[in-house]
Amino acid sequence: MGRTITIDPITRLEGHGKIDVFLNDQGNVDHAYFQVPELRGFEKFVEGRPAEDMPQITSRICGVCPTAHHMAATKALDDLYKVEPPEAAKKIREMIYSAFMVEDHALHFYFLGGPDFVVGPTAEKAKRNILGVLGVVGAEIGLKVIGLRKQLRDLISLAGGKVIHPVFGLPGGISKALSKEDQAKFVAGANAAVEFGQFSLELFDKVVLKNPKYVEWIISPAYTHQTYYMGLVDAQNKVNFYDGSLRVVDPAGKEFSKFKAQDYLQHVAEHVEPWSYVKFCFLKSVGWKGFAEGADSGIYAVAPLARLNASQGMATPKAQGAYEQFFKTLGGKPVHHTLANHWARLIELLYAAERMQELASDPQIIDPNVRMLPTATPKEGIGVVEAPRGTLFHHYETDERGVVTRANLIVATQNNAARIAMSVDKAAKGVIHNGHVDDGILNMVEMAFRAYDPCHGCASHALPGQMPLIVRVYDQHHEMVKEIRRN
Amino acid sequence: MSKPKVGFYWCASCGGCEEAVVDLAEDILKVVEAVDIVFWPVALDFKRADVEAMKDGELAVCFVNGAIRTSEQEEMANLLRRKSQLLVAFGSCSHLGGIPGLANLFDREAIFDRVYRTAPSVDNPAGTLPQESVAVNGSRLTLPAFRDTVRTLDQTVEVDYYLPGCPPPVPLIAGAVTAILEGKLPAKGTVLAPDRALCHECPRQASKPDKLLIKDLKRPHQVLIDPEKCLLAQGLLCLGPATRGGCGAACIGGNMPCTGCMGPTSHVKDYGAKALSLIASILDADEEGEIEAHLDALVDPVGTFYRYSLPASLLHRRVRTGASAEGGANHGSHDHD
Amino acid sequence: MDPPCSWMVSLLKTDSKELGQAVASPHPACGHPLPRGRGAGGEGKDWRPRIVAFFCTWCTYTAADLAGMSRMTYAPNARIVRFMCSGRVDPQFVLAAFTQGADGVLIGGCHPGDCHYQSGNHKALRRFALLQRVLQGLGIEPERLRLEWISASEGDRVQRVMDDMADKIQELGPLCLERPPHPKQDRDLKGAVLKGVAP
Repeated sequence: MGRTITIDPITRLEGHGKIDVFLNDQGNVDHAYFQVPELRGFEKFVEGRPAEDMPQITSRICGVCPTAHHMAATKALDDLYKVEPPEAAKKIREMIYSAFMVEDHALHFYFLGGPDFVVGPTAEKAKRNILGVLGVVGAEIGLKVIGLRKQLRDLISLAGGKVIHPVFGLPGGISKALSKEDQAKFVAGANAAVEFGQFSLELFDKVVLKNPKYVEWIISPAYTHQTYYMGLVDAQNKVNFYDGSLRVVDPAGKEFSKFKAQDYLQHVAEHVEPWSYVKFCFLKSVGWKGFAEGADSGIYAVAPLARLNASQGMATPKAQGAYEQFFKTLGGKPVHHTLANHWARLIELLYAAERMQELASDPQIIDPNVRMLPTATPKEGIGVVEAPRGTLFHHYETDERGVVTRANLIVATQNNAARIAMSVDKAAKGVIHNGHVDDGILNMVEMAFRAYDPCHGCASHALPGQMPLIVRVYDQHHEMVKEIRRN
Repeated sequence: MSKPKVGFYWCASCGGCEEAVVDLAEDILKVVEAVDIVFWPVALDFKRADVEAMKDGELAVCFVNGAIRTSEQEEMANLLRRKSQLLVAFGSCSHLGGIPGLANLFDREAIFDRVYRTAPSVDNPAGTLPQESVAVNGSRLTLPAFRDTVRTLDQTVEVDYYLPGCPPPVPLIAGAVTAILEGKLPAKGTVLAPDRALCHECPRQASKPDKLLIKDLKRPHQVLIDPEKCLLAQGLLCLGPATRGGCGAACIGGNMPCTGCMGPTSHVKDYGAKALSLIASILDADEEGEIEAHLDALVDPVGTFYRYSLPASLLHRRVRTGASAEGGANHGSHDHD
Repeated sequence: MDPPCSWMVSLLKTDSKELGQAVASPHPACGHPLPRGRGAGGEGKDWRPRIVAFFCTWCTYTAADLAGMSRMTYAPNARIVRFMCSGRVDPQFVLAAFTQGADGVLIGGCHPGDCHYQSGNHKALRRFALLQRVLQGLGIEPERLRLEWISASEGDRVQRVMDDMADKIQELGPLCLERPPHPKQDRDLKGAVLKGVAP
């Protein structure tokens, strides 16, 4: 029996995890396991809670994408009460959601996944973070990213009460309408977001695509798996984060199934392993065949790469151009290279920004009628959205008072859990040979999961260089107490 | 002089507290000039082994968010306590138990049963459950133990200060960090937030009647909510009077009632008891039958009053009958769940 | 050693002689041993319930006095705490009583309409009703919390209620609440100036 290497904890993602790599006597990898050592039990402890509290309770599943859970829960409530929100409410919801997709995707690219490409996967540990990224791309860009995220997050607070754990979702609508002033702010934010999306894609091209070593990694077999792909699409089969039908394509790219969220139980199932607290999703009709790829295995992927694969395009022009460029460069659809998620994510960022622009300039956005009061007796409701990390299902059963009796949640990353486990295993086998292991090599193993999981970011390290800085410190009454200038 | 070292860690957490720190944006730049962040799994690649290699007290301050749910979280809480001069419970979960604390209405067996066996999408005919230790392909894989009961950070290790909120409001975070770096901290054990109820800073305070009486309790989805008027006066269950302020009444700004995430002021031990007392005081009913009818609108008293604070409450969790007799999978010997 | 449950905490606070008593059957909820002779049961008898009674001074407490002076005997299980008004009973007191070893809590106040402070007992009634629902949600049987209107002249009612409650709780058995561990909180920070940080 060879030695065991443990990466604990894995870093630059949201949540806990460890990777155990088991080497044989020759020092090559027998197996690598990606274990999720945490569970909180939401599916159980929401029993007994009023259904209208679910958007705010389930948002605590993830403080990075609380808006995703909030939205999935709100849509489940629409279904629960069989109530259709007014158009203004639906548009505002999707607009807030678009702003959220932009800022969350930006966070992942610049602060989580970014360091692996921008600084380099085997760079010194202390540099593989936002500090290192800014050292390469410059402080000006750093300010741009921080500033854009802040602008969009302030918009979410404006419309939703709070940005971390918003409060606006109600069955049949949203809690408050928008004013003309609010709309102007959203328009400004959307314009900034579109420009930022284009800029990010150019940066990706410059820093990653023009670097042959990185391209080699992206298309290498160590980071490639051929699985099914799933994503939410609109009536034209274009990517939509807020609403639509689920579309699944097989590893050859052909449409395998298309279904409404209400039918998810016929299509998606969860598998349990004794070595992880996370459950592994698979396609029911294909079946669980173990951690294997190919058309015979029910394992599928979600999130940016999968969404691009499972759709037939982007619904906005600039993003559509980027989409076409993406597939042209990588040799057609579908693309099976896991690391291509980073590129696909930026294309989605651009789409979300353009979509935000469309909605923000819609005159209906300032309509005061944003609530339809439910009248039906609640019983069961299912809601789906595309979270940044993948398809998110919320399913509630309630009594006649609207108190939850049972809940089922399939949370984005779970859809990817099996493929992530396979990716980590394959990457480990690809980069660890003859017992040679160092920090950089272990990070290359971690890169295999990082491509799937956009999460937290960090904007909390010092910015390098001689960047002029003005820092203002505010107290809890938003009064400025100190101003510090440098340069 | 080398910069003080700072750590951030998360237990049974959603990551929102991490995002709140990030939301300091420009405000934190002065701080990060002054400190070295040496452990923050969400953002930096330092591992547990790096913390274990530190000297005791090497960390000037460590902010820990998330509730304590597993054995790994207990270990990390203890490890970080040893390595830190100051340990700050950051956010509702570490302060009071938070929303994961609602799991104290159930136990491990009930949770595992639902999550891994009876949930409708689960395909698990063998009834497999995650195990603390299992042999797979000749290798041994381990998982932390999942406890029956969620605990707060100060029920696990000694805590020096608390930053309340879900998540803590950005200005409070900035204030707390500044106070720590300037050495201007109040007495140990203080919650680093204003010690007055939310009503005092609520923009709708003017429309809150002096004699507040609710005739009919309403749930938010049942009525159109006036964006100007006091929410309690509209018959909605706003817990503002029972809740510590400092958040700028953000939820009220979103036109929804306060749900109590900042916890109680320092004068109160059990938040839920005070919240229920608030509702009882303003209910406009005197006859027993009338009272019962009004209270029927309150469909989830425990979940409403203890949404964020069940583990920290006096009763701590739902009483279990025959607990030790049941045993159940994963039961460590007397790990006191 | 496991942190003790509420039941044992209350035991440890009482007569330490009782700790040496022979152990009877384990408590069905927590499995902790039930020593003989604890509580008011006397030598060799099994467990007897401990009840905390919050009585308003104007009515119920006076009635209890009356019962005493009239030499009415009743179950001695209750510890009486005197309040100015039943409306002063904070739900936290009830919860604290349970966590410190009470198996039952009784609140006594004036009849509706007779409150010395007009409406204090109405508040008590509303609080009690809501607290009951919360306790049930937390798995505590409704019989363990009881509200009674007993006027100053109703000494016999005090007797009946005390006896009845003692019987009912005896049937239910002891209330065993898990206690969380509380790490020692005694590190002295003295202004908390950190090493290496200039004040």
